[in-house]
Amino acid sequence: MELALKGITKRFGSLVANDRIDLTVAPGQVHALLGENGAGKTTLMNVLYGLLQPDEGQVLLDGKPVQFRSPRDAIAAGIGMVHQHFMLVPVFTVAENVTLGIEETRPPGLLDRRRTRRSVRELSRRYGLDVDPDALVENLPVGIQQRVEIVKALVRNATVLILDEPTAVLTPAETQDLFRIIRQLTDGGTSVIFISHKLREVQAIADTITVLRRGAVVGQRPPSATEDELAALMVGRNVQLRVSKTAARPGDVVLEVADLTVADEAGRVWVDGVSFGVRAGEILGVAGVQGNGQTELCEALMGLRPVTAGRVTLGGRDLTHASPARRLRAGLAYIPEDRQEDGLISDFSVADNMVLDTYRQPPFASGLSLNLGAIERNAAERVAEFDVRTPSADAPAGTLSGGNQQKVILARELGREHKVLVASQPTRGLDVGSIEFVHRRIIEQRDHGVAVLIVSAELDEIYALADRIAVMYEGRITGFRPPSVPAEELGLLMAGGSGAPTAAEAREALP
Amino acid sequence: MSGQEPAAGAAGPGTAPPRQGEPGTPASFGRILRESILEGNTVTVTVLAIVSALVAGGLLNAFTNKAVLHAWADLFSAPGAAFARAWDTAAGAYAEMFQGSIVNPHTVAALFQQASIGAAIHDGYLSAVFNPLSETCVQATPLILAGLAVALPYQAGMFNIGAQSQLIGGMLLATYLGYGVSMPAVVHAVVCVLGGFAGGAAAGWLVGELKARTGAHEVIVTIMLNYIMAYLLSYLLSYHYLMQAPGDNLITVPIAANAHLPHLFGPNLRVNASFLVALACAFGVWWLLGRTTTGFEFRAIGKNPSAARVAGIDVERSWVLVMLLAGGLAGLTGSAVIQGTDFTLNFQSYGTYGIDAITVALLGLGRPLGVVLAGLLFGALHAGAPLMQSVTGTPVDMVQVLQAVIVLFVAAPPLVRAIFRLRAARAGGVAAVFSKGWNA
Repeated sequence: MELALKGITKRFGSLVANDRIDLTVAPGQVHALLGENGAGKTTLMNVLYGLLQPDEGQVLLDGKPVQFRSPRDAIAAGIGMVHQHFMLVPVFTVAENVTLGIEETRPPGLLDRRRTRRSVRELSRRYGLDVDPDALVENLPVGIQQRVEIVKALVRNATVLILDEPTAVLTPAETQDLFRIIRQLTDGGTSVIFISHKLREVQAIADTITVLRRGAVVGQRPPSATEDELAALMVGRNVQLRVSKTAARPGDVVLEVADLTVADEAGRVWVDGVSFGVRAGEILGVAGVQGNGQTELCEALMGLRPVTAGRVTLGGRDLTHASPARRLRAGLAYIPEDRQEDGLISDFSVADNMVLDTYRQPPFASGLSLNLGAIERNAAERVAEFDVRTPSADAPAGTLSGGNQQKVILARELGREHKVLVASQPTRGLDVGSIEFVHRRIIEQRDHGVAVLIVSAELDEIYALADRIAVMYEGRITGFRPPSVPAEELGLLMAGGSGAPTAAEAREALP
Repeated sequence: MSGQEPAAGAAGPGTAPPRQGEPGTPASFGRILRESILEGNTVTVTVLAIVSALVAGGLLNAFTNKAVLHAWADLFSAPGAAFARAWDTAAGAYAEMFQGSIVNPHTVAALFQQASIGAAIHDGYLSAVFNPLSETCVQATPLILAGLAVALPYQAGMFNIGAQSQLIGGMLLATYLGYGVSMPAVVHAVVCVLGGFAGGAAAGWLVGELKARTGAHEVIVTIMLNYIMAYLLSYLLSYHYLMQAPGDNLITVPIAANAHLPHLFGPNLRVNASFLVALACAFGVWWLLGRTTTGFEFRAIGKNPSAARVAGIDVERSWVLVMLLAGGLAGLTGSAVIQGTDFTLNFQSYGTYGIDAITVALLGLGRPLGVVLAGLLFGALHAGAPLMQSVTGTPVDMVQVLQAVIVLFVAAPPLVRAIFRLRAARAGGVAAVFSKGWNA
């Protein structure tokens, strides 16, 4: 089935989210929609899926105009969508989730579980999905949950499958599996619309790439287009995908972590005897697949999680059991991996968020009393310095885009006196332009003599920033490597491949 | 992250609330008024909810009145009569309520018939004019204080169902200090007020401490404490060697005259110093929340406890402190009732203040000024009800109906917006009190 969008326009008030968009998806093709956050990708797909009605333009299926008043119409016409956030019932089995809403019954109205299970198994085999119909969804890793969503669409006879940022939650290995599945689907004649802002993935999987910027199509390219070309189209100017940096000039060890062990209340060990040191003026990058103890390591460093054993010292001062407030005062700056949850108070103004951990100190407070004037002046300065795009410093931080929210956090943490910067997934979910900005600032910190610890699941980011790379696997550091290490070797370490670190590596851990 | 695009669109220039006072857009008063009504923000919704409730209450009144119902029987022979009677009944009840709570024209007329101001004051004509307002303030005082005891923790993300237990704690200590010790005039009253604060604060502290140490949810703990304190009160009032006055009644002896809170405008008007305490507390809560580091912490843990923790705020300590202060405010409610109007403590002295407090805080949108206004409104309803009943025969229960309907409308902003055809407001609003408060 050939899908075509002709002149689709969608407005929200005076904001034009989609501006006369034309798009044709041929059968059996992977068509990638590339664009920054806010470029209108999701709006367009919501129009296609019947969640939004276009103000102008039409959708054509095999040349015939159709109108989708609700997702029900779209599904009936053979369009399936896998949302970025899965729409699954966690306590139901895979088969139950798949059949939800289109339950097969047998007289006198009983659920026909056997038939559902059979069709799930059959689809699973045909497309190599490897999904067990009887598994509870809540027990499945996200990669498999995503496949359940795909099965849901296939059971409803989808011939056009929309995948909205499908790799955002996946590990590199899971991403490879997804790509294999996508190829099998397209071999069978299904078309896939692949929405992403990650250049490399789009190049790897797409047959055609359409780039959106500010709601309009700015170009169509074959996957052979260079990364720089795609990035420039997407952002509207030339961007540096890898920020240039000079060689590090490391000083003394500032942050020292020795045999750090962190277990949760249930006794599960998340960080297992980790030791490393970070020198002033260097960036130590901790690579690893998400969920191997990096989050817990950062939280333990910030005092948000109790330390079971080991020691954390900053400039010789023991902080192992210090409260978060004491650590912040001791000179730790922290960029948490979850901006919305841990980094900002969305309902607070940008100005208040910028003093979230300094509101007690002069000039922002004298005694019990807050100095609102000083808070306002500080916000005005920082908004200008960090180029935060906000209608005003009084706007709630939650109304800002992800990149600008991250700038607010950066402005707060870097504006404080600090010796160490701990940044966890500092560019997750950010667009190319914002990534460049954040990377530049982090390298600037290093050049000012701050000891920087970066935790990232993105190898690109580790390579772009780190002066030294540590790899975490199942709570342990499986190796330290220089940034010249090939990606295959890192990949091996990330899978726990090379075993315990050698004596030489251990020496490098504690310089 | 493109999943946020529709949201970004909603917050975009087209639908964002117009920013007042922005350079280049001189905002006239009329425009601000029009826009604030059209946008249907929460304050507008609240005011309209009150209007809707008054209309609904009037209809209820008109259609349950026997005389009116008889008039409907003659709808076709005398169609005007039924409507006229319905209107008279509803309007009459509200008129009496107004006269009982704000001002009664008859007393004003009587005042002007007096020969001289001096004689008028001496004979009590002047105080008769102000008596309805005085009664409104008397009724509003405990509602404001208890309402603050709910609103303050709400700002810190906690739902205090336990104003009742805390005010019993305050009443117990204030009463005991009132009759049990003997002190000079002003000092005694102040000591009892402080005792009331301390008694309530102790009950509130316990809730905060349990939440901080064990993670016990404050809603459960406060509900249970309401029972415990109510029965503790009955127990203490059942034994002569504890707090019971001589005799078989569950009541204490009156507190000493020195412990009474002074009347503000002479002996004929019951409004007393506790009203000033309530207003001062409202101001204090406003100052605390908006202008102090402690208030910043409270609001931070209320909006996002995990980000607050990351920023170095001691969330557990704040929980304890906010419940301690809230308990103290509820304790002051107890002191206001005992030292201002009742002077003795009986087994039902706590009345329905604990529940009314939630209603008042809800109607006041959890903000101190809102709580004062809501407290005054409900105080006026309570103050006007007796006159309404005695003159028009409308039961005082009408006040409960009005309160309930107001809250119902306030809790369902879409309903009010549908009635008045307002545009959808920004997210949040009072409905969030319900959904968020319980899950905090």
